[in-house]
Amino acid sequence: MSASVAGRADARLARLLVAPALVIVFGIALVPIAATVWESLHQRDLRLPWLGTPFIGFGNFGEALADPRFGEAVLHTLVFAAFSVPLELTLGLALALVMHHVVRGRGVARVATLLPWAIPTVVAALVWRFIFETGGGGSGVEWLTSPVAAWAPIIIADVWKTTPFVAVLLLAGLQAIDRELYDAARMDGAGPARQLVTITLPLLAPALVVAAAFRALDALRLFDLPYVMTGGGPGTATEPLSLYAFIALMQRLRVGYGSALSISVFVLTLLVALVSVRVLTRVSPGDHA
Amino acid sequence: MSAQSVYTAGACGLVALLLAPIGWMLLASLMPESRLFDSAVSGGGLALTLEHYRALFGEREFIVPVRNSLVVAGLTTLVAVPAAALCAYALTRLPMRGKGALLALLLAVSMFPQISVIAPLFLVLRELGLIDTYPGLVLPHVTFATPLAVWLLAGFLRQLPRELEEAAMVDGAGRLRAMRDVVLPLAAPALASTAILTFLYSWNEFLFALSFTLGPERQTVPVAIALFRGRYQVPWGQVLASAVVATVPVALIVLAFQRRIVAGLTAGAVKG
Amino acid sequence: MATITLERVSRIYSGGHAVVTDVDLRVGDGELLVLVGPSGCGKSTLLRLIAGLDTPTHGRILLDDDDVTTLQPQSRDLAMVFQSYALYPHMTVYDNLAYGLRVRRIDRRTMDARIGATAEALGLAALLDRRPSQLSGGQRQRVALGRALVREPTAFLLDEPLSNLDPALRVQARTELLRLQRRLGATMVYVTHDQEEAMTMGARVAVMRAGRIEQVAPPLEVYDRPANTFVAQFIGSPPMNLLPAPALGVDAPPGTIVGIRPQDVIVGSGPLVATVDVVEPRGPDAIVHLELAGRERTPVLAIMGGAAPLPGASVKVHWRTDRLLAFDESGGRQGSLPQTADRR
Repeated sequence: MSASVAGRADARLARLLVAPALVIVFGIALVPIAATVWESLHQRDLRLPWLGTPFIGFGNFGEALADPRFGEAVLHTLVFAAFSVPLELTLGLALALVMHHVVRGRGVARVATLLPWAIPTVVAALVWRFIFETGGGGSGVEWLTSPVAAWAPIIIADVWKTTPFVAVLLLAGLQAIDRELYDAARMDGAGPARQLVTITLPLLAPALVVAAAFRALDALRLFDLPYVMTGGGPGTATEPLSLYAFIALMQRLRVGYGSALSISVFVLTLLVALVSVRVLTRVSPGDHA
Repeated sequence: MSAQSVYTAGACGLVALLLAPIGWMLLASLMPESRLFDSAVSGGGLALTLEHYRALFGEREFIVPVRNSLVVAGLTTLVAVPAAALCAYALTRLPMRGKGALLALLLAVSMFPQISVIAPLFLVLRELGLIDTYPGLVLPHVTFATPLAVWLLAGFLRQLPRELEEAAMVDGAGRLRAMRDVVLPLAAPALASTAILTFLYSWNEFLFALSFTLGPERQTVPVAIALFRGRYQVPWGQVLASAVVATVPVALIVLAFQRRIVAGLTAGAVKG
Repeated sequence: MATITLERVSRIYSGGHAVVTDVDLRVGDGELLVLVGPSGCGKSTLLRLIAGLDTPTHGRILLDDDDVTTLQPQSRDLAMVFQSYALYPHMTVYDNLAYGLRVRRIDRRTMDARIGATAEALGLAALLDRRPSQLSGGQRQRVALGRALVREPTAFLLDEPLSNLDPALRVQARTELLRLQRRLGATMVYVTHDQEEAMTMGARVAVMRAGRIEQVAPPLEVYDRPANTFVAQFIGSPPMNLLPAPALGVDAPPGTIVGIRPQDVIVGSGPLVATVDVVEPRGPDAIVHLELAGRERTPVLAIMGGAAPLPGASVKVHWRTDRLLAFDESGGRQGSLPQTADRR
């Protein structure tokens, strides 16, 4: 078999093997997102089908920008991310450092940390809602009915659930650091605190950025927790953008407007992803020639 | 060494914090409804009861959502993992144009906000009559689980030396045969990790399950739990019991496969 | 510069495995002591014990007259050069050199001066802005050395610092290191598994095996008067011929093992006859594997300069009896051999 014939056979096989995954992804992700973009540029209300689906350009987006509930939803989403992501990174780092240095019982620790991550978000939401409604004898109930304070249980539930994920990512990063660097630092006179700041953190930076990016993307897509814990309430005080889009789409059946809302979530996600990639290349060690 | 004991103490503290809510959930699910809202642990001892579980599987027929979740998660895994494996093999072993673009595309899809696709998906599924059916859920789950699965498996296969298959091919095996005899056994751990992560993702998935099912016949566990409605108020006892039931399979999987899970998570992330 | 003293130092891991056993050692002020031995003999562990990166299970470690056994490495003022260099990958060469100085809060001017001088001396001046990943192996090795030098420590510990270099570079680096040590009058403990390196470098050589020190002596003494059969075979390449006394035709108490270095086996004349088995030409000389005539066909190694005979040839062999060494059954070297004439 000549090289080119074998090469072509391989290339054909490659296309064949890639096809199933590609078809699935293309069909059920890419086409729909294009469709959503299309919908967002049209007006369609399933409760008013006789109005048809006229093209209205950026009309839906204009409506969103003027809609106070949209602005609040965006604010809620960003504030939630601003609080939960740093908390998760810090606690995750602490947990990772502890797990890294513990010799005995590491298996137990690992199981314990994975459990919150592994259970359905719905379960986490319910458990924490229950704790807040029954804990502290009475004062618990007020949390979930106060517009600002209701965010606390949501943030706590999210931090509880995802800190293990962050810890696992960071732990892998920690284990990748050459142990001898710490020996060298000790010889150079550095104590544990200095070692953490001058060696561990800089070398962990890529893992930290990856963890932050994953968490930020998830924070922007926040849906399950508020849906189950507060329903977006009281009123719309704990309604993030995804929930508002969901309500517009599935409850009020305003497909056009809801699509515009869900596209804005997509745009936010894209921005964060781009920023993360930029930061990641800046922060990774290696030649910066 | 006292440094060790500080770390062990810290570990115990953090572990306790992480497990406490689950423990509390378990305990509360076994307490009679009337006692659930008593502040703190009042006197009167511990009265444990299985009444919530009995009601759960009796009146509420909770076995139905459990069955639905098992079917959906199982099918999702059975479809997504092989598709991803083939795709990953092609990406790491075979010549093809646009590999980098494809990988980037797959990664991008896994970062899609699901909310951005449910509208058209709902409409299409409704057209095809797939709302409130198993395929209606398996398809979206597979779509969003496959990219991550490809990423994980591609990362693993990249580290597997090509010489092994090449040796088999020099010995006369065709590429497909080499794939089956050499790569498959060696990839078993990575396939297991990916399967576990895919199963967990599907089991826990909420938004699609909520949007694409209408009634109790096809609802999955997360949806069934979230939509619990009591006659007068939230039946916390049963809700907590259902939460425990939702957690048990997950806990078993984590206990049995914690190494696999960690390997899968870190492989996906370190590739970054 | 300091003296380093080890008194009955042992390191036993939980589980009972003893990596270092009862080591007594004294490194004098300004002395270069080489710790040599096969892999796993405990030499690196011993170095780490001196550094403070590990704590002995028994025994004491003293710097000058101060007991530092329980002191952390940060407080011992020793500098170590690691086998894999352990350069901080995220810092420039300058920052790598400056790290230890910054920790000790040395002021900026002194720091710049010291780093500048060290970089000059090691040829690193142009590389100060680079990262370790942008350097060659030889350059990295010099940065590792520079990091130790810049700190002006009480003593230097080097763990196989040259073993990752290309052979050509290694010889050059070895010479430069020796020059440096002499110029600074630095106390150095140098660990290596390469016996040739040990012989050329140390004022004294300490040969280790399985956690114990077999012999500490200047190189020539270790070569000419090895304390036992292990040292005799470890030092010198190709290894010394060690055979039972009768096989070499030597009269000695039963159980005596006699040793003769291949360099001292003279091929071409003499009363003994041998057959050539294999010849390994090395350029300037050749290793010749001989079999002495006789029932046992005793194998003997010899080194010959010039033209070597062909395999199968029959040659004459002799050696000087004063080059023979005697070892008893347990391997320890005996005094002198009973003098006998060269005979079969």
